[in-house]
Amino acid sequence: MKGSEAVKSKSIPEYWAIKPGFEEEIKKIINERPEPEISLDYEIAENDYVKTGKASSDVKFFLKKLGVNPEVLRRVAVASYEAEINVTAHSKGGKVTANIYSDYIIMMFEDYGPGIADIEQAMQPGFSTANELAREMGFGAGLGLPNIKKNCDGMYLSSEPGGSTTLIFFIYYEEKSYAAK
Amino acid sequence: MKLRKIAELLQAEIFCTEEQLEREVPCAFGSDLISDILMCTKEPTVLLTGLTNPQVIRLSDMIDLIAVIFVRGKKPSPELIEMAEERDLPMISTAFTLYKSSGLLYNEGLRSCKI
Repeated sequence: MKGSEAVKSKSIPEYWAIKPGFEEEIKKIINERPEPEISLDYEIAENDYVKTGKASSDVKFFLKKLGVNPEVLRRVAVASYEAEINVTAHSKGGKVTANIYSDYIIMMFEDYGPGIADIEQAMQPGFSTANELAREMGFGAGLGLPNIKKNCDGMYLSSEPGGSTTLIFFIYYEEKSYAAK
Repeated sequence: MKLRKIAELLQAEIFCTEEQLEREVPCAFGSDLISDILMCTKEPTVLLTGLTNPQVIRLSDMIDLIAVIFVRGKKPSPELIEMAEERDLPMISTAFTLYKSSGLLYNEGLRSCKI
């Protein structure tokens, strides 16, 4: 019994990256879990390189209609697209939910496994486990997760070998003034 | 620099309208790796690439490409041309390599896209 308890209490490896100036607000969101104004759901299929990117295009188009500025639109689209590609290329498929608020967006990706062996290694630019099929199509540069991190105001990743991987990112529509902090 | 000038410098085959050739191009980026290309979020750019699969069009949805220049003699499939037309995305194709094409355009003053 002790053994199973030890397994249960073993925490899943996590990775957090929050840009300076966003810590308080992201902490507040996590604690208060506000209701989004709109929530969009999409399925992402394993190895479907024709459809991958559809969810990201849709979300970008939706935010564009809300009047979000073009550079922020591109940041959301790129982070989301890289995450979609990751689910397509490295998992047994998964789903994404885009929670849209009046001044920020939260996107949550969850796949059906098989998990990331070493998160720190996966975050290293240039590290890739992409297969030949993915590489032939121009994927597998090993910049997916670093690109997501670069474009987000906050990013959370949790995964363990054999389990599912969860990626959540936060992007605000307005730039924060770091100097004021 | 106008897309028309770029097409002339690269002796390119045109897969777009005359009107699209009048489009102004402020900067360029060149790569065959999708994640590399996705670094271009700061400003719309023209892309020089050897990638001709439909993901090139997806890329353009994400980062607002001004035009795509296929290098090393790569040409878009009818499927790709149709997708590009739907999005008003001009495409041209040159026999020159990525290196030579970039050099020619850079020499004429076309700057690198901010990343």
